[in-house]
Amino acid sequence: MSSATDATYQAPGIAYGAAEGHHHDRAATQLSGFWLFMMSDLILFGCFFATYGTMLGKPSLAGGPGPKDVFEMSGVVIETAALLLSTFTFGLASIAIKYDRPKREILTWLIVTLLLGATFLGFELKEFITMFHDGAVPQRSGFLSAFFGLVPLHGIHVTSGSIWLLIMIITIAKNGVDDLTKSRLARLALFWHFLDLIWVGIFSVVYLGGLA
Amino acid sequence: MSTPKNLSKEEAYKHDLKGYVTGLGLALVLTVIPFSAVIFGMSTGAALWLIAVLGLIQIVVHVRYFLHVDLSPERREDLHLLLFSGLLLFIMAAGTIWVVLNMNYRMMPGMHMIGM
Repeated sequence: MSSATDATYQAPGIAYGAAEGHHHDRAATQLSGFWLFMMSDLILFGCFFATYGTMLGKPSLAGGPGPKDVFEMSGVVIETAALLLSTFTFGLASIAIKYDRPKREILTWLIVTLLLGATFLGFELKEFITMFHDGAVPQRSGFLSAFFGLVPLHGIHVTSGSIWLLIMIITIAKNGVDDLTKSRLARLALFWHFLDLIWVGIFSVVYLGGLA
Repeated sequence: MSTPKNLSKEEAYKHDLKGYVTGLGLALVLTVIPFSAVIFGMSTGAALWLIAVLGLIQIVVHVRYFLHVDLSPERREDLHLLLFSGLLLFIMAAGTIWVVLNMNYRMMPGMHMIGM
């Protein structure tokens, strides 16, 4: 292991197991691989954003409801707050692991993160149900198809992130924190922060842009 | 995050904690401003510019404080990856919108006054 490699991954932040020899090497490679996955995911989201952008014109509404008819500000505020706070609490869990704090502290922050994620999903689901109830279904217009392509795609990502997080919580509660857990949690942390970054795009373009 | 190298564990812990708190603070401010602008009914044109600019700044804040990618040599690879993906994203998204709106303009006379 060259010293250059060491320097790369001893940078503080997301790589928890900085000084753990070969395990750490492997964890760093996996983290880089996960970055590549996230960037391909970013491109996927980008295409859905682009589609949404082309479906904002009047003809795409097909006489159906537009952004101002279907979006509710209160729900978006709560969803945004929940997701932003959850990214912060995940950060607290990350440093708790990095500095070998007690297991209880790590688990507490991870559980708070999971609850905030569930809050986000609950309010998003409620929003979709209201929209469906009001006849704003995907097949109504191009605009609604694009909306239900983009926003639930993010919701599915948060759902899978939450399932992953739940599995990690159970693993840590049962087996404690080992190198493998650290490596997996480092990737989940990237994923979770990345989803909040995508949400910044969604609330700016879809909700605030639509309601402005 | 470029930490000074000779920190004790406790100091390094505080340094990292401060990073996340700063990130949360900045993100909160950059979220509250555009939401307030829309809720309190700023004119559409000005609000859209505000939302776009603050949204882009907030993305940089997230990358810097939560994903820990900055300008330090240690994080150069991730930074290049992000910037290149961002470039691809821009070409695809802006290109799609440009091409499709242009086709709309050419093919639907009388309906090209698209209200964004």
